[in-house]
Amino acid sequence: MPSFPHPQQAQREDLAALRRRIVEMERLSGLPDGPARPRLSLGGSLDEALGGGLARDALHEAFPAEKGNAAAVLGFALALAAGTRKPVLWVRQDMAALEGGDIYGPGCAAFGLDPSRLILVAAADAADTLGAAEEALGHGALGLVVAEPWGSPRLIDLTATRRLALRSERSGVPSLLLRPGADPGPSAAATRWRVAAAPSRVAGDVPAFCLGPPAFALEIERNRLGPTGHFTVEWNAHARRFTPAPRRALPAAPADRPAAPQPAGASHVVFGWRRTG
Amino acid sequence: MSSSAGAAPADPPLVTVEVKANARRIAAVDAAAARLGLHPGLTLADAQARVPQTEAVEADAAADAALLTAIASWCERWTPFVAVSGPDGIVLDITGCAHLFGGEAALLSAMTERLAATGLAACGAVAGTARAALALARWRPGQVVPAGGDREAVAPLPVDALGLDAEAGRSLAYLGLVRIGDIAGKPRAALAARFGSVLVERLDELCGAASPPISPLNPLPVYVAERRFAEPMGDEATARAVLADLARDLAGVLERHGEGGRRFEAAFFRSDGAVRRVAAGTAAPLRDGARLAGLFRERLAALADPLDPGFGYDVIRLSVTAAEPLAATQSGFGAEPAGAGLDQLVDTLSARLGPRRVTCLAAQDSHIPERATVRVPAQKAWRSREALAHDWAEPAAADAPLARPPAMFPVPEPVETLAQVPDGPPLRFRWRRVLHEVARAEGPERIAPEWWTALDGNRPGLTRDYFRVEDTQGRRFWLYREGTYGRETSTPQWFLHGLFP
Repeated sequence: MPSFPHPQQAQREDLAALRRRIVEMERLSGLPDGPARPRLSLGGSLDEALGGGLARDALHEAFPAEKGNAAAVLGFALALAAGTRKPVLWVRQDMAALEGGDIYGPGCAAFGLDPSRLILVAAADAADTLGAAEEALGHGALGLVVAEPWGSPRLIDLTATRRLALRSERSGVPSLLLRPGADPGPSAAATRWRVAAAPSRVAGDVPAFCLGPPAFALEIERNRLGPTGHFTVEWNAHARRFTPAPRRALPAAPADRPAAPQPAGASHVVFGWRRTG
Repeated sequence: MSSSAGAAPADPPLVTVEVKANARRIAAVDAAAARLGLHPGLTLADAQARVPQTEAVEADAAADAALLTAIASWCERWTPFVAVSGPDGIVLDITGCAHLFGGEAALLSAMTERLAATGLAACGAVAGTARAALALARWRPGQVVPAGGDREAVAPLPVDALGLDAEAGRSLAYLGLVRIGDIAGKPRAALAARFGSVLVERLDELCGAASPPISPLNPLPVYVAERRFAEPMGDEATARAVLADLARDLAGVLERHGEGGRRFEAAFFRSDGAVRRVAAGTAAPLRDGARLAGLFRERLAALADPLDPGFGYDVIRLSVTAAEPLAATQSGFGAEPAGAGLDQLVDTLSARLGPRRVTCLAAQDSHIPERATVRVPAQKAWRSREALAHDWAEPAAADAPLARPPAMFPVPEPVETLAQVPDGPPLRFRWRRVLHEVARAEGPERIAPEWWTALDGNRPGLTRDYFRVEDTQGRRFWLYREGTYGRETSTPQWFLHGLFP
């Protein structure tokens, strides 16, 4: 005779399954998960260091690690935007677009950020940029507000960042202050990130001359809510999360001849062909 | 209504001159010159021989047209249906408006008085058709023709009132037909055979038998709410408060008709004749008075050239210039649909920064990278974004680099490059004065120009070979070489088109 579970137990299991589904749905729709502080998941080692992800009700800021890393800073913002399922409003000062290039739809789609979720706002100056971001932070329907002023205007100080932080706290919409051409100053941001590009990995069956997925050298330089640290990560556009970069292996020396001593600083350039596009 | 500049009798006669038929001829005269017998068409030499003290200035047709348009715009305080006619006429359709100003005669005298007060000599007439009114204003100013009386009213006018060319006018005069009344009774077939159908059409328009449409200066509003002040009102804060009141009134009107406005226009009529118009649009039909008032608050605060009340406004008008059906909605018990509140945010930011500064990305069907996407104003596209979502490519696979850069320069930036000839990737390149050593490169991805655009006479451009390259520090770039070596060019140029993270 087949054994049936007790009806009450079956009910309990059903309920538990439903609860798990709700949790899963909430995670996908970007709703806060439970009474704990809502988080924006970044993936892997970053989530561990941040205690579950980036705080949603706070201001974060990102600077390039050194000059010439504006594209990596932009990539970091795109990654945060791709991590939320809600619409994203991105305010850019005109000068930032001139210096760093326009946000390009097919590129965003390839990065894993659906371009139809983006509202792009072009602001003439830093005051308009901050004003538009503050206005947008009042709307809980947004998943992220990115403000990208150019350079280091005097306007962006402790007061201005505090205003953004307070508005984020009130509405639960995370805000990201993107400063691709600036040096850090006093700020009320919860975390400060230093972003640089990282060389492509050499791993697996990928030839040494080929590019890997987008790679970042991230540093949490300041964190009011937790520890700081360095992370070398890759962006997985399909899963929309950062994954730790695989250990980099040096290209194997040809076996039939002894390794030639390389002069310091010389790069070993290999070119090859792979179908693209 | 026609107008010409008035002058004090003590002033010397003033004429404007233009070059016409190989001579400098008088284009317009003032009252003093007219009294001395000068008239348009006279050569300047003749005029100065008759009246040596004549002062002549060059005619400026563009400035005249601008003044006439400004006066027409000012006339919109009486009716929204105002059109400019010819170089010196303005036509107002006062159907259904006259009773607001105490009848047709009262409206006409009020208009001419107010124009005279600003220093413009104007004469007008009221008639059943635009052509009849214009003809009466020129030859019998001040007349108010009762309904159906056009035929009798225009009978004594000269045949010039038909506005025919000079030759037709001469042959009519030759036949002894000098007044409209002389022609109006003649058999139409004979008239049409002799002078063409134009004469018959014009005659019908003049006698009220036909009324061709007139095209208004500004698009006619769908709904209007306005406030008139007995005294010019110069306080800006009050003007804003009045605008908020009007927004509430307009919301009520829209509600009654089951519609919502998509485009709105506020017009501030200053007592000295200047009119300031401020437009605002919305992403979705709107009939919420408070939100509409908020929209105009943003719009007025963002004006580069702020409102100047001058000596005060005497009319403030808020109109709906485009409306769409909007069914009454009941707010649900559950959560709002995702993105519902964003219409309002898009409207606010569009009003503050301008609709072209708040955009969405839409995919376009082109393989030329810079044409593959276009920015559309969010007010137009945001509500239909679900329809836009399917056009984009899938994200890159987990281990693959991106096929397209998320940041792209709309105008590719030239770079100095050391590259393998004929079609190899670059070894090093200099962009914005920084030298980058290439560590890895992938390519080429060949993108041919759109040859079919050459059929329209455009230059379709050259073939591009795109490379994804990474420098020694891990920064990634999207470079291309323009032109295939040896076939399209012997010195290919390199450009940087985008940046990969």
